[in-house]
Amino acid sequence: MAKITMREAISQALMEEKDRDPAVFIMGEEVGVWGGTYAVTKGFYDKYGAMRVKDTPIAENAIIGGAIGAAMVGQRPVAELMTINFGFSAMDYIVNQAPKLHYMFGGQFTLPMVIRAVGGGGRQLGATHSQTPDAIFAHFPGLKVVSPGTPEDAKGLLKSAIRSNDPILFIEHATMYQVRGEVPEGEYTIPIGKSKVQRAGKYVTIVTYCKGLELSMKAADELAKQGIEVEVVDLRTLRPLDMEPIIESFKKTNRAVVVEEGWKSYGVGSEIVSRIYEEAFDYVDAPIIRVAQKEVPLPYNRTLEQAALPQVADITAAVKEALQ
Amino acid sequence: MKKEQQLDLYYQMVLIRRLEERGAELYQAGKIGGFMHLYIGQEAVSTGLIAAREPRDRVITAYRDHGVALNCGISANEVMAELLGKATGMSKGKGGSMHMADTSKNMWGGHAIVGGHLPIATGFAIGDQYAGNDNITICMFGDGATNIGYFHEALNLAKTWGLRVLWVCENNQYGMGTAVGRASAVTEIRRKADGYGMKNGQVDGMDVTKVYEAAKEALDYVRKEGQPYLLEIDTYRFRGHSMGDPERYRKAEEVKKWQENDPIGIFNKQLLDKKVATKKALDEIEARAEEEIVKAVEFAEASPEPAMEELYSDIYAD
Repeated sequence: MAKITMREAISQALMEEKDRDPAVFIMGEEVGVWGGTYAVTKGFYDKYGAMRVKDTPIAENAIIGGAIGAAMVGQRPVAELMTINFGFSAMDYIVNQAPKLHYMFGGQFTLPMVIRAVGGGGRQLGATHSQTPDAIFAHFPGLKVVSPGTPEDAKGLLKSAIRSNDPILFIEHATMYQVRGEVPEGEYTIPIGKSKVQRAGKYVTIVTYCKGLELSMKAADELAKQGIEVEVVDLRTLRPLDMEPIIESFKKTNRAVVVEEGWKSYGVGSEIVSRIYEEAFDYVDAPIIRVAQKEVPLPYNRTLEQAALPQVADITAAVKEALQ
Repeated sequence: MKKEQQLDLYYQMVLIRRLEERGAELYQAGKIGGFMHLYIGQEAVSTGLIAAREPRDRVITAYRDHGVALNCGISANEVMAELLGKATGMSKGKGGSMHMADTSKNMWGGHAIVGGHLPIATGFAIGDQYAGNDNITICMFGDGATNIGYFHEALNLAKTWGLRVLWVCENNQYGMGTAVGRASAVTEIRRKADGYGMKNGQVDGMDVTKVYEAAKEALDYVRKEGQPYLLEIDTYRFRGHSMGDPERYRKAEEVKKWQENDPIGIFNKQLLDKKVATKKALDEIEARAEEEIVKAVEFAEASPEPAMEELYSDIYAD
């Protein structure tokens, strides 16, 4: 096992898949000459050239609409949204076109495309550039939404996403590119639509993903020092949602905390809590608690921004509350 | 054009007219649901245009798509079955009037979000450029679609990257009920292409021969130069925007004046004047089209509803 950063993991996945399949090309703002605003595609332009690493105008409809068209006629585009917030400019394509076309035309063609999008707060970018709107996108049948929390999962899931014949929104977190983790040597993929127990425990089940995983693992370490072993289940894919490891864990712990970076109202946590009540009501020993972002547009000021975002201390407190 | 081709185009135009006349009746009878937009009056546009393409050229259009579907070679049976939402429609009854497609005929839909299919057309051309072929994407849209952002993003990228797209604006004078001059800063739509340094042209859309010739010339340019082209085709829809349009925005005299220039009537007269066909021969063609539509209605009505399992099929490919 080699220890690499999230950035390297994503970069390796892109490069390996481009080398494997000539139909794979990248398009987006500053992906080429600049090397990617988060340096994920650094060196790609020199290696693959302008045709396979396409610098686009700042025009999200042309980027995502163009990727849809290219995918319909048999290519495998990986379109990049510099931030997921710019995805709102292309909302029609992400939620109203890509998820519908295969179904609406009776399966006549497929859409083998990936939209890579960088989301999340914590970088003092102000309210319009700091959102975690994952739940909105996960609302739509026909789209698959993947959001990894470790380098190993990021690499394996992105490789699967590029090979998939469905439109996939792949959400990365702006503050996690330097996160390091062990990655298997050589070729591997990780299936889309499978949740995973990232840490075994027995008292409380924490359900989370992406940035929430990073925070939850830290919380789990702190709680362990106090003798509280929690189990952490990572969703990895928001749609299709795999509830099996969650329900299995919950039947053991009978208590749960759901951690997400997005807003609490109508969020990912709302869905998870409902599903636990629907699928394992007889096992509920305590109210399930949601840890999420405060219901405000994210402010620029660092102290205020951090106060709005979920923190490790919020998770440890929630676990203790769940145990009462 | 050879005689046989001219007669075939005449047949196609009459076939579209008859299909939609019967479609309107079936809609009134409650057998066709949703929105339905008739192409009556505009038949010469897609008929002349599609006749000029190579079979490998892709076609994508907006929601006024029944005629385009027939011109691309989709059978009247399948179009009628899709209108009735039957399992034998091209999209198994899951697309309906606004979403006619058969990719085996290089007809890629039928798209119902105004302007939304323009960047997708750009994407087809990106795919073909990437594959290294010289296929052309023919993208049809209405005048109303040229005022929305998609249009500008799509045209800008097509010219910047040198993509083979023939942009075809069917200017039928109204975006729903709003006259072009009330919605567009520039009423001569072709001039919008100038802003992107894109070659453009304009042609009378009531004359199928002129449309065919203009389309041939435009397609030759796109194929040879590897550059996009915007062709504005002026036309008029004789019916409302969709079924159930009260048509308060235009006067009956205006509609009547345009109807005197019926594209089928104009072509009929040309064929007789140039002695390409006798009246008897044209009458026979019309009877043949009528018969095909009668059979298509029978086929569609006798076809089964989609199976309940279809509700959950084709959501994902994997």
